[in-house]
Amino acid sequence: MNLAIRDIRHNAGRFAFTTVGIGMLLMLVMGMGGIYRGLIFEATLLVDRVGADLWVVQGSTRGPFAEISRLPANLEDRVRAVPGVARARRFISHTIQREHRGRPLRMVVQGLAWPDDQGDWVPLVAGRPLRQAHYEMIADQSLRLSLGEKIKLGKDVYEVVGQTRGLVGTSGDGLTFFTASDALAIQFDVPGEAVRLERAARRARVQEMDLGRLQPLLLDRAAGLSTGIPGLAMPEVSAILVTLQPGADEAAVRDALRTWPDITVYSAQEQRDLLLAGMVDKARRQLGLFRALLIIISTIVIALIIYTLTLDKIRDIALLKLIGARNTVIGGLILQQALFMGAFGFGLAWWMGLYLFPYFPRLVLIENSDLVSLGLIVIVISTLASLLGIWKALRVEPNTVLAV
Amino acid sequence: MSAPGEQKPAIEVNNLRKVYGSGHTEVVAIRDATLQIGRGEMVGLFGPSGSGKSTLLAAMALINPPTSGKIAISGQPVMDGPRALVDARAFRRQNIGFIFQKPNLIPFLTALENVQVALEINDTPANKARERALELLDYLGVRPRADNLPDALSGGEQQRVAIARALANDPSLILADEPTASLDGALGRQVMDLFAKVAHERHAGVLVVTHDSRTLEIFDRILDVEDGMITSRTDQKKPAPQRAS
Repeated sequence: MNLAIRDIRHNAGRFAFTTVGIGMLLMLVMGMGGIYRGLIFEATLLVDRVGADLWVVQGSTRGPFAEISRLPANLEDRVRAVPGVARARRFISHTIQREHRGRPLRMVVQGLAWPDDQGDWVPLVAGRPLRQAHYEMIADQSLRLSLGEKIKLGKDVYEVVGQTRGLVGTSGDGLTFFTASDALAIQFDVPGEAVRLERAARRARVQEMDLGRLQPLLLDRAAGLSTGIPGLAMPEVSAILVTLQPGADEAAVRDALRTWPDITVYSAQEQRDLLLAGMVDKARRQLGLFRALLIIISTIVIALIIYTLTLDKIRDIALLKLIGARNTVIGGLILQQALFMGAFGFGLAWWMGLYLFPYFPRLVLIENSDLVSLGLIVIVISTLASLLGIWKALRVEPNTVLAV
Repeated sequence: MSAPGEQKPAIEVNNLRKVYGSGHTEVVAIRDATLQIGRGEMVGLFGPSGSGKSTLLAAMALINPPTSGKIAISGQPVMDGPRALVDARAFRRQNIGFIFQKPNLIPFLTALENVQVALEINDTPANKARERALELLDYLGVRPRADNLPDALSGGEQQRVAIARALANDPSLILADEPTASLDGALGRQVMDLFAKVAHERHAGVLVVTHDSRTLEIFDRILDVEDGMITSRTDQKKPAPQRAS
């Protein structure tokens, strides 16, 4: 006969309410673990899936995920010339905020090196990857842009051709994917009036120089498109992604690139580690502390309830002792109740999470290994929580029951 | 169950003494008590409040060791002064049945389970324990209430279930502490009749601590306790006229 189950059945209301409370606490513990996993997943998704062997970033910086990294776009041509390099493509990443349908819209703009990279690696839940060089975009569902919807960014209108789910940047803003040139156009877009003023200023500067006076044709050039003026800087990108030739010696390529003082080179793993050791690590510690606190609170709640339930039946326990029940029977009754409470709470947490986590603004990724770990933690805290009740029960004298 | 006549006494108590405190605060709760209860015998223990009845009962139940004296149950020495000669809890579950003023049924167990638990605690397999518990409830006339929780039972029914629980492991000794105090006269009488039935049919030694003078004639023997001493004994079924209640 299982005394614990019968007592629980008798105190079903109190047990159920407590279990719901424990379940919600454990759901938060589970959710925080899931948020951390989601952070890692999101943060490393690009590094993992973009398929680069080496990341070339601005000299003495840690790359675009840690700080601002600016490189001239034509650096990719220099990199391509290094022996062992199969492919070099520009990587652009920046966050913009616009207003769309009367609400602020923050998005992380990722530039894909069209035509080599059309976003086939991006995990789509609807639509397709990019299929033309301009005016198409892939957007995360968190941005609430529907498939086929058009949005004006800068001077151009882009159509949403693909959708992802739960793909957000490290700050939680939804990711969007454009071709690199579109991403640059969005990044460096300036209003028409500013362009006109800049062109007029350039024309005026050239006009004041002898060269401008001697060659009036240059004045027209100065007042024209900035891309047509070789003397102006090229647009800047965040990084250059390098793919090595099959069998190429990565160390040799890195050594060759290291001799260039204007850049720093990282392997994909180093870039990943930098990312995780920086912002994600702080989030991990933050979430870890919250989880520890919630676990302690859960332990205290279970302990108090089990202790109260034990006090409620202290005479029954004394009676059991009087009629000869072993300590294992009495300890087992209390321990099992704590374990049932923990187990039901854990199950409830998992069930509630199943329905609630998808509505969280950040990706909550629950991995089986985390569930197993949390399950073991629940067993440990339930056992610890029962100790107070067991201590009380073992101290009660059998003759308590003789007192009227 | 053993056949009557061949067994050793259900309990023998020799020169039992229980002292609380020491020096100026010393209180002698039991003074050299000696008694013997045979199997199949029903003995009443009378005495005013504070006379030492409950202390004597607790000592005989192996839950409050005496300061000195000896106790043997079914011929087996169990206490020698304050020293237990057996594992008291294991010995209780196999040899002693308890009945209290209040039935003290476990509220989250049904009538059947309240009896069954005493058997399972004594390592009786669950199915056999259930059979035996049903048999006892039947014997005591409460089988139809087997699946009811204690809350749904009347006072008399609860006390019958408590008696069934006390009988579960076929104990040689049943100790009852004021078992009729919370029952009205008719019910109290019924319960006492049940004790007599149990003592005589199941050959258990039954010691009933009581104030209830209405049931004196039911006992085979009556003992009086006053100031920790067993002051008078009546070997007839008639009460001593001076008995306090």
